[in-house]
Parts: sequence; C-alpha cells; structure tokens
Amino acid sequence: MKSVKDLVKAHGSIILLRRSLSLTTRALAEKTITIREAITQAMDEEITRDDRVFLMGEEVAQYDGAYKMSKGLWKKHGDKRIVDTPITEMGFAGIATGAAMAGLRPICEFMTFNFSMQAIDHVINSAAKTYYMSSGKVKVPIVFRGPNGAAAGVAAQHSQDYSTWYSQCPGLKVIAPYSAEDCRGLLKAAIRDDDPVVFLENELIYGQQFAISDEALSPDFVLPIGKGKIEREGKHITLASYSIGIKICLEAAKELEQNGIDCEVINLRTLRPLDEDIIKTSVKKTHHLVTVEFGWPQCSIGAEIIARICESDAFDYLDAPPIRVTGADVPLAYAKTLEQNSMPQVSNVLKSVKKVLNK
Amino acid sequence: MNINTKIVLRLQPYGRHLLQKQLKQANSPVPLLVTSIREASSGAALEYDAPNAYKFHMLEKGPNTHVSCNREEGLDYYKKMQIVRRMEASANNMYKSKLIRGFCHLYSGQEAVCVGMKAAMDKNDSLITAYRAHGWTFMMGVPVTGVLAELTGRKSGCAEGRGGSMHMYAPNFYGGNGIVGAQVPLGAGVAFAHKYRGESNVCIALYGDGAANQGQVFEAYNMAKLWSLPCIFVCENNGYGMGTSSARASANPNFYKRCEYIPGIWVDGMDILAVREATRFAREWCTSGKGPMIMEMATYRYFGHSMSDPGTSYRTREEIQDVRKSRDPITSFREKLVQAKIATEDEFKAIDNDVKKIIEDAENHAQNDPELHVDELYSHVYSQPPPKFKIRGCDNFTFKEVSK
Repeated sequence: MKSVKDLVKAHGSIILLRRSLSLTTRALAEKTITIREAITQAMDEEITRDDRVFLMGEEVAQYDGAYKMSKGLWKKHGDKRIVDTPITEMGFAGIATGAAMAGLRPICEFMTFNFSMQAIDHVINSAAKTYYMSSGKVKVPIVFRGPNGAAAGVAAQHSQDYSTWYSQCPGLKVIAPYSAEDCRGLLKAAIRDDDPVVFLENELIYGQQFAISDEALSPDFVLPIGKGKIEREGKHITLASYSIGIKICLEAAKELEQNGIDCEVINLRTLRPLDEDIIKTSVKKTHHLVTVEFGWPQCSIGAEIIARICESDAFDYLDAPPIRVTGADVPLAYAKTLEQNSMPQVSNVLKSVKKVLNK
Repeated sequence: MNINTKIVLRLQPYGRHLLQKQLKQANSPVPLLVTSIREASSGAALEYDAPNAYKFHMLEKGPNTHVSCNREEGLDYYKKMQIVRRMEASANNMYKSKLIRGFCHLYSGQEAVCVGMKAAMDKNDSLITAYRAHGWTFMMGVPVTGVLAELTGRKSGCAEGRGGSMHMYAPNFYGGNGIVGAQVPLGAGVAFAHKYRGESNVCIALYGDGAANQGQVFEAYNMAKLWSLPCIFVCENNGYGMGTSSARASANPNFYKRCEYIPGIWVDGMDILAVREATRFAREWCTSGKGPMIMEMATYRYFGHSMSDPGTSYRTREEIQDVRKSRDPITSFREKLVQAKIATEDEFKAIDNDVKKIIEDAENHAQNDPELHVDELYSHVYSQPPPKFKIRGCDNFTFKEVSK
C-alpha cells in the first residue's frame, strides 16, 4: 500500500515503524493525516482566513519548506504571503517581530530551533517582553515555529531541545504538540493568538499518521492554549509528557498493561502556561508520578512539574517520590548506538514506572 | 528690498579640528562656513545655502542645498528643540537627585536630528530608535509629562512606569529599545508591514555609530534591499559609542557608505533645515519604490554616554565646549532667525519662558504623581491570558489571578 511505503520512507527507527503499522490498520477504518499535513493545512487555512497572516523563513516558498511543511503554499498564495529569506536568522526574526508590532501576524519559521539561538534576542527581548514593557501599548502577535529537539544522526549542534529555555520566559506562550489534532488545533490557536508563541514541532514524527475526527478537520477548529489532554486514562501511575515523549509513554503503557499496570498518560500540549491542574488531579488519583521528556535533565520540564507538585497539596497524595525520564546529560553523539542510548527509550520509562510502584 | 549678506564665520581652533576630523572622514578639505542670509521683504522667511551639508554615496543628485523655512516653522522648530534640550536637562537633574534610576541616556546636542527629521515625516510614518530615545519620544507625540514621569516610574508615564528610560512607546513609535542594534531589523519589519499593506509610508530606523557594526544591521540592509522595503536607516553619528570613538570601533567610519548596494547621504546633523531637506529627499526616494536609503547624521552629544559616564575620559572638555560655542543646533538656528529678522530676541526669550513652564509642570507630575499599585506588576504579561490564569510571585504563597 502506498501509505505503508510512505510510512517506511518517513521513519528511521523500528519503534516508530511498529507504531505506524499498528495505526495503519486503523487507518482503513477512519480518516488519518500526518503531522506534516496537519501543519500545512493549518497554515494554509489561517493564511486564507486572515490577510495579515504570512509565512517567512528559509526555503519556505519555492522549495516548499526544508521539511516540506509549506508544500503548495507558495503556489497558492504567492510571494507576498510566503516569503523566502536569506540565511540570516537574527535579521529575519527581527523583521518578522517588527512586522508583528506594526499589526501583521507573521509565522516565522526556524529551519530548526537550533538556529533560533542566533535570533533568540528577538524572541525574548523584542517579542516576549514588549507587551509588558509598553504597558499594553504594543502587541506582538507572532508565531515562531519549527522542528525542535533531536532528529536522526544530525549530531550535537542540530539536536538541542529548547523546550525549557523558551518555557522559562514570561510573555511567551510555548506549545509542544504531539498528535495531528494537537498540531492543527494548537497552530491555528497560536496564529489567532495576539501574544508571541513558540511552537515546538518534532521532525521525527512529521510523517506519522494520526487518526483525526471531522470536527478536528473543520476550518475553525482551535484547541485552547494552556490546557493539557489525558491521552490515555489510567489509575496506577501518572506519566506526564509532551511532544515525542508521548510516543514512548503510550508504548510503555501498552507493555505495562500486560503486567497489570494501568498508566495515565498526560499530554501537556502547552508548556507555558503549564496546565498544572491536570497533573495535580491525575496525581491525586494515581498517587504516583513519572515525567518523561527528551530534553536534558537539568532544569527540565520534569523538574518544574515535580517542584510544583511538591509545592502543592498534591504532594500529600504521593505514595512515592516522583522521578524523571529525560535525555542523557550529554551533547548528542552521531554514532547510532550512542545516539539511541542518549535519548529516552521505552525501557527507561518501564524501569522508572516499576521503581516508583515498587514492583 | 532684499539684501544679500555673506558672512564668513571663523571657527575656534578646537571646533575647527572637530569639524576637520568629521569632514576628513568624508574625504574633503575644511571649508569655510559660508552662509548667505537674505532679508525678506514680505512673508518672513529664512533662506540660505548650505553647500557642505551633504555628501553622497551612490547618488547622482541629492537634497536641495538651498534650504528655507517660514517664520511659523522657524519658531516651531526652535521651540521643539528647546523643549527637548530643557527636558533632558531636567532628566539630568532628577537623575542626580536619585529620582530617576538605572540607565538614562541624554539626547542634548542632537536636537536638530529629531526635530528636523520629524518635520519631514508624514503623520503615518513610523519610527524606531535605540535607548537615547527621550527626544524622539517627545517628537513622536508623547507630552513632556509622559516622558519625565516615565523616567521617574510614575503611573502618568507613557508606559505607566513599566518601561523606564529605554522603553517608551507611542502610536507609530516603536521605542526605545535596550539591546544595541535590535531596533534595526525591527524597523525594517515595520517598513515591511507598510509595504505589505500598500501604504505610502516609511519606517525610519535609527542607530548610533556604535551600533552600526552590528551584524543584524547588515542582515536588515540585505533584506530591505532585496524586498525594496520603504526603510530609511539613519545612523546618528555622535562620534562615540560609549567611550570608544568611531575611529577606534569602525574600520570604515563613513557610515553612510557602509552598504555597497544602498545609496547613502551624509548630513550635517547640526543644521536643522539641512536635516529636514535630506529627510524629505530620502522619504521621496523610499516611497517611490526605489527601496531603502541610509543616512548618516553628523551630530554630537554634550553629556556622556549615560548618566554614569561623565563623558570626559575619552574626549576633552574643550572639544565639548567648542561644539557648544560653534555648532550648537539651537543657538545657531536662533542666530540665523534673528539675523534674518524672522523673530526678535525678545520673542525667543518668551518662547524660552514658555518652555520653562512646560518643563516645570512636567517635573511636578514626575515628582509627585503616584506609582502603579504593586499588584500591577502582574498585569500585561499577556494580552490574551488564558481563563483563570495565575501568575506566581516570589514565593509559594503569592499568586495573582489575572484577566489582563
């Protein structure tokens, strides 16, 4: 089948392929789209809907996007709405931010968020802080989007996860979607939002198929920023995660099911503002918590979640100390085995869950 | 009857040396400043030739060297420059009395640039500058109270005291920016928005001789030229980037020539009418679809870089005094108006008194108006906070729910 071939082409790892194949059988029954399609559609719809929205970045127009995220958009919308830039992140992030201050609604694509470090002054000082400093006089309705975190075999400089860096900054909204529905609803919400949004995608799952409802495919489908989703209900332990972390959480949950362990998987969806209520409610139910993410451990999202749980009344409901699963505390190597073992795997989640549950 | 009078002004040695230094950078010998002043018989106007007010880069012809203004304009420009001068003097005093904290970068000496450029701007043009922004803030429509009260952090400040000296805003005025050079691509972005919406307006993006070497400035030049953005890049060259002279910081200190594909004009930034004329020319260039333009305003700041810099460790007091005596933008303009019999000394004294009252009233507000209530520290983080949004304070027991 064509879709199977596409899936095989799109994935490098067996784990991802296994996951996709299991979805393919479901694909015969309901509609599915890839994350790539979800993002392209969301941008297309919002550009069509509002004259002020435009996409700017390297290779977004005539190349259809370095990762084909803007395929077909330049042909449809033209030079004015889809703008190719030179390789000058600081410059074009500044230009996009200035355009937002002056009333347009730019989508500024970073080819990967690694290159956003060249422009980070504009994301933080020009975009995030301006509404506050101007006491509400100057809005900055911009979306910075692109792939975040590791890809496959691209080594240390191209593999950093910026979730915690951006989520630390007040004034920004930071979204880290997982599924195609997340991407559609949250990207549309981000573009319609009047505040600066950092939208962290993940390249490894761009080609993954997800089931999607008709409602989620409607042009005005938006999801609320700042609200997480219970991706899988359970009663023994809470797994709090986001983006590609959800993937290994769901796989771990499936395996643990066979051992009689019922995991509740929380998809945070938004990192800032963080939906702590959904985590607290879950922890009060399950009494156990493991956080899962692909970024580095120090000052991780997991550290923040655990701090908040411990500072709240949810602490009293814990039956064991909460622990984290993260990427290894090293720059990412190129060699395959080293790389695979520097990023969290299902086995790390299984080990952590069993430890917390004392099994 | 009209009388043509040629007046040759001989400069003091130090002043001439400074002029020499600035003109040497533009590769020309020291000229004698020649002004011809015409006494008008009716409809009082100041007119004169300023043949050395401009230098060009990649331009065959430039702004008119014959400049003029009528009485109304002359008095208006004088008053505005005087307001900026006195406002900055007030800021200086209040800083020394510890009513203003943090950074305070004064514009004194550079008044002809902000008043002259604004005089050539359309009311819907945009502007963005760096942190030496108080003069620009006033010219872009914020009353003196809005500036001084912002400096003292009061509610009546133009950003309610949240921004301070470096972050003042007004319609079409995007600050006030603290990070050196950041305002340049932002300004190109504002110009992008003008073009996108089909407006025939420009954005003026200002930066200093220190910021002129920032990489992002060149990134902005490149995209502005590629996309023909209606952006006027203006280098306010006051000779020093904090304590470093432009000669020590820039391999090429001819800032108007820094881009090999964007035309540039060097302007005598102490001559307000030349500044206005050059800005008109640049504006016409940009709005006729010819793309961006660069301007370098040769100007001078009397104070140090900021209030923590006395400004005398890297330049001599004589140099400062000589510029004040021979090239001050306000007194030289006033002299021209008096000599052309456009207005009398008494009229200027009356304007000065008027200005004094404006500043005193503003100072009153700046010193006595209240600050924002402390709970306001949680406001305006987001323009669209999610429902029931709580912001954490300094400990686990301090949270504020905000709806704005």
